[in-house]
Amino acid sequence: MSNQPVIELQGLEVKLGGRPILNGLNASLSGRCIGLLGPNGAGKTTLLHTLLGFYEPSGGTARIFGKDIKTEAREIRGLMGYMPESDAFIAGMTGVRFVRLMGEVSGLPSERALERAHESMFYVGLGEARYRKVETYSLGMKQLAKLAQALVHGPRLLFLDEPTNGLDPAARERMLRLVQDIRDTGEVHVILSSHLLRDVEECCDEVLVLKNGNIATYCNLEEERRANRKFLELETRGGDEASFAAAVEALGVEMAMDAKQKIKLVLPEGVEVRDLYRLAAERQVQIRRLDYKKDSLQDIFLKAMETEVAGHGRV
Amino acid sequence: MAVYERNYGRYQGELTPSWSRFMILPRYAFKDVFDSKGFLIFLVLSCVLPFAGLILIYLHHNLAALKFMNLPLEQLQQALPINATFFRRGLDIQSWLCFLLALSVGPSLVAPDLRNNGLPLYLSRPFSRTEYVLGKMMVLIALMSFLTWIPGLLLFFFQAYLEGAGWLAANLRIGVALFVASWTWILVVSLVALAISAWVKWKPVARVSLLIVFFVLTGFARALNEALDTWWGYLFSLSTAMDNVRAFLFGTALDDSHMAQPVWSAWLTLAVGCALSLWLLSRRIRAYEVVR
Repeated sequence: MSNQPVIELQGLEVKLGGRPILNGLNASLSGRCIGLLGPNGAGKTTLLHTLLGFYEPSGGTARIFGKDIKTEAREIRGLMGYMPESDAFIAGMTGVRFVRLMGEVSGLPSERALERAHESMFYVGLGEARYRKVETYSLGMKQLAKLAQALVHGPRLLFLDEPTNGLDPAARERMLRLVQDIRDTGEVHVILSSHLLRDVEECCDEVLVLKNGNIATYCNLEEERRANRKFLELETRGGDEASFAAAVEALGVEMAMDAKQKIKLVLPEGVEVRDLYRLAAERQVQIRRLDYKKDSLQDIFLKAMETEVAGHGRV
Repeated sequence: MAVYERNYGRYQGELTPSWSRFMILPRYAFKDVFDSKGFLIFLVLSCVLPFAGLILIYLHHNLAALKFMNLPLEQLQQALPINATFFRRGLDIQSWLCFLLALSVGPSLVAPDLRNNGLPLYLSRPFSRTEYVLGKMMVLIALMSFLTWIPGLLLFFFQAYLEGAGWLAANLRIGVALFVASWTWILVVSLVALAISAWVKWKPVARVSLLIVFFVLTGFARALNEALDTWWGYLFSLSTAMDNVRAFLFGTALDDSHMAQPVWSAWLTLAVGCALSLWLLSRRIRAYEVVR
């Protein structure tokens, strides 16, 4: 596959019922599995629905594999598979007939759709239940049936909206394994929208965090993992903390401070921990705790949630 | 993605032409519809009248058969002449059978998809809202065509074949009227049935709503006309409008002259009924509803 971005957001704005939901998003995403993170109401599902063509952008546009969602929506939908968040099926049909219908609607000839429907049902683990009516499936089975219908036509891009919603731990593990397996085939890009950090961390190599319809942060997890970058977390008390912080920064240290007197630092070459103690002692600042840490997705997410989004972020 | 391999593989084979995909929906729906024995019996009974018409036309042209049945031709020609009224009355009856068909099949066309969030699954594919509505409408259109213009035109051409080209030339209007009147009624009934199915999720209520639109509104229209001594009330009655249009197309008089209204107003009622149904469908047939 080429290095063409999977999704490009170009000032994408969406208003629903006159209310702005997405505020001029700009991003270029090209990961194999891209996570969309954010609290409820952040605009994750609206973004997915806009990319699917369900909502008309009120400003800007987006491109999927270089195709404009405004002018080439039909071609784009031919390349995509979509697993909705809510319960979704066609009533009165067996699992395999339901998936076959979805395959045919995507453009597969009838016989090929039937063949692939059987294969998809086996792939997701519903082989034995494929002749049962979909409405008799358990919640976990319905989630898998939704995944099967999203895969049946062999899409290039798969949208999974909260795929582990309502699943018990075993079913959740199975769903995540499937997502990883799909990702690892290298034949399809996956967009995983979730508010569960662990799901995203386990499957995704790129993460876009949304907050109040804005991009709060973007993180390339794959690069983070490769860099294996560690940082120091300090907790201080007393003394002239502002002067301490300024002195530390003057050493060329990359740092961030929060309201709870916690300081996160990345030490550059040539600066050592004892330099920090020396600066603290000079300013009567007590270092109560000092830990080596790795930025987890949770840290990245929480940091993004704490930061006010200024203007329209670009990634 | 073979079963034994159990891994994901993209499909890279040929695709069906996108213009033909709306026909997938009726194909799947017919399987469900024809699974019902009651519906099959109804469909067979609906063919009784066209079959009787066929026999009647045949008898009109077969003196030996008439003699065998001890029926004088003149008496038969006086009692049941094969003319515009014969075809119009046949179509009247078949049209009401169409309505019964819509009453039985219509409510289950769109409502289950809305109830189970099926629309996002269709509309996330290269399949538009128009194709969805067209596909669902085709279920009713195909079944209703089987009851109206197809048997009607078969009888018309059978009569023309037995009478000769002269009759065909002189009565071409009947053929056109059969076709146009059938399609008008089919469009009106299927659009109204679909719109109701899109807005009313519970089948019995959807059926009652359909009865209200076609019967209760007619009663209301008549009461209004009686009270105000006018015909304006019929602007609310789709069935009366269709009766008037049918009579106009066939060039015959209405059976009940009290139901007469200007033809333009009848066409207007039908057009407004269709437009309103389309508007209701366009409001409802969406992947997700936007809550304001």
